Amino acid sequence: MLTNKQAIEQLEALAADQSLLTEKPLSQGRLAMKRFRGRKSGMIGLAIVMFLVLVAIFAPLIAPYDPDDVLIGEVDNITRRAPPCIHVLGCDPELPQHILGTDGNTRDQFSRIVYGSRVSLTLGLFTVTLALVVGTSLGAVAGYTGGWLDNVIMRIMDVVLGFPSLLLAITIVSVFGPGLRNALIAIAVVSIPAYARVMRAQVLAIKETDYVSAARALGAAPRQILLRRVIPNAMTPLVVLATLGIATAILEAAGLSFLGLGAQPPLAEWGSMLASERNQVFTSPHLVFFPGLAIMITVLGFNLIGDGLRDALDPTLNR
Amino acid sequence: MLSFIVRRTLSAIPVLLGIIVVVFFLIRAIPGDPCTAMLGEQATPEGCARFNEANGLDEPTLVQLGIYMGDVATLDLGDSIRFSQPVNQLLVERLPLTIELAFSALMIAVLVGVPLGVLAARKHNTAIDSGTMAFANVGVSMPVFWLGLMLAYFFAVILKDTPFALPPSGRLSAGTISEPYYEIWGWDVGEEGFWAKLHEFIGNHVIFNSFITGQWSVFSDAIKHMILPAVALATIPLAIIARITRSSLLEVMGKDYIRTARAKGAKEGRVVRSHALRNSLLPVVTIIGLQLGLLLGGAVLTETVFNLSGVGRALFDAITGRDYAIVQGFTVVIASGYVVVNLLVDLSYAYLDPTIRVE
Repeated sequence: MLTNKQAIEQLEALAADQSLLTEKPLSQGRLAMKRFRGRKSGMIGLAIVMFLVLVAIFAPLIAPYDPDDVLIGEVDNITRRAPPCIHVLGCDPELPQHILGTDGNTRDQFSRIVYGSRVSLTLGLFTVTLALVVGTSLGAVAGYTGGWLDNVIMRIMDVVLGFPSLLLAITIVSVFGPGLRNALIAIAVVSIPAYARVMRAQVLAIKETDYVSAARALGAAPRQILLRRVIPNAMTPLVVLATLGIATAILEAAGLSFLGLGAQPPLAEWGSMLASERNQVFTSPHLVFFPGLAIMITVLGFNLIGDGLRDALDPTLNR
Repeated sequence: MLSFIVRRTLSAIPVLLGIIVVVFFLIRAIPGDPCTAMLGEQATPEGCARFNEANGLDEPTLVQLGIYMGDVATLDLGDSIRFSQPVNQLLVERLPLTIELAFSALMIAVLVGVPLGVLAARKHNTAIDSGTMAFANVGVSMPVFWLGLMLAYFFAVILKDTPFALPPSGRLSAGTISEPYYEIWGWDVGEEGFWAKLHEFIGNHVIFNSFITGQWSVFSDAIKHMILPAVALATIPLAIIARITRSSLLEVMGKDYIRTARAKGAKEGRVVRSHALRNSLLPVVTIIGLQLGLLLGGAVLTETVFNLSGVGRALFDAITGRDYAIVQGFTVVIASGYVVVNLLVDLSYAYLDPTIRVE
């Protein structure tokens, strides 16, 4: 969450630095790619995320059971909340193999976690796309037009930023009713100001550049200048912010699900899996441990990529 | 400096007003009304009419907003419908817990995070540096509720019957009572009125109260109960503070005046302490201020996990229970706290960086 706010400040400073705009975009991009590849942590993050994407795509092949299948009566000797049992590691061959154990409804936890990757990756991408589109549009309009519209938009953003983000998300979900879709919208809304602020700072810097003046002198319409010249050149720091935003979104969605406001049972979502078994943490810790670990690894992957991108795109931080 | 304080304070007022208005309308947009939430089956039209009249909910919304604004200006936050208590009384009872929790977490985050960041920067590009940063990366990626549950399991189950066992829930052990300082010292503060409530509020800070009155068994019990929630809540801010301290110190260490200090023959430890650290603390202070919002959000989850009755948990229950007065009152208080802390951050900026004062 706050990694973002800190990132915003850095990116705003970066955006205000006009000298970065004078280099050729192409070579800058190639340079950044090269720098990113040189960062070990960024590449580890990329590997984690690629791995998760593959898990999500091939979930039906990886998961031994259907995530929502209640296995009692279907599998012999199955028990509720059975601890992990792996035969090659010496687990009693009489017992069914469940490498991460079973949950309170005798569903296979490993299968649920594998399918959960689909939910978390989708919600991360969806939330950030929504926030990115709305936030950058607002920021671009505010920065480009200036005046009262700028003032109104940015004061509204200040009010949104004045709330602790999770509390505002809780309130928004209460208005629209609990559920994964509304949780996504709530998380997107609370992260809009971050994108708007960075985009506005970018646009303020770019609109004074020579190529924008040139386009204006050639008689291009403001809308065309904004869409063709300004926004494409302003996207670099927003890419970083968006990557870190995916991490935040997954974490906040898990938090909302944990409070019962996000994904609803029986959907295999990590936060709600953890929530439904939290009272059993002292007797069946594996049902809390593994979903949480899955959340952590996913969030870590996106955080590492985001950091790697930031270092790659900002040479001054790269030491 | 004075005009800076005044200007900065005034600029916070529109944001605060905006927050009050937004919350006022948001909570009224929530489907379901307080009457049905409270009376349940007995919510007949007549019953509801009487209920709404008794709670001032029969006025037009804008009139309600006007009345509410007037009340807030006189520090009256209204009555909770669920608890049949003034919101102020609930704040007196619950806010101290959240303050102590957030403050403990912030202390842990700063006292561990800053030294870790300094260490990583001093040992730049060594195993210590990468180890610390790997730890920080994992720290920011952890769901606070998961960490809380895992800590509770580890310290209450695995370490049970060892000296390191810690209680997994609650604020004090059953039977342990913290006597407020004014009773111990025989002060007559009365029952009602602003000063009585203020004393009650201060006395409800159990750790602080037991410390100043020397109730050591209560104090150690309260500390033991606070460790796990505070550590869980501190982890993300700690990791962020360590990262910022490191990168900020590294940046300052590359400045010319550091080279000058070294060229004068100053020892490395002195260069870091007297030249680099103070200058690198600016971004760290900003981040610490910004952490407060995170701590308050995290407090909802932490208080849920550790069964603590603070404002975070109460606010969550109030939102789901349509208790308008609590949601409005608590949000106003939380947002004001946020604004005040950011004001303090700006002022400490002026202290740390004299050039800001000159401007």
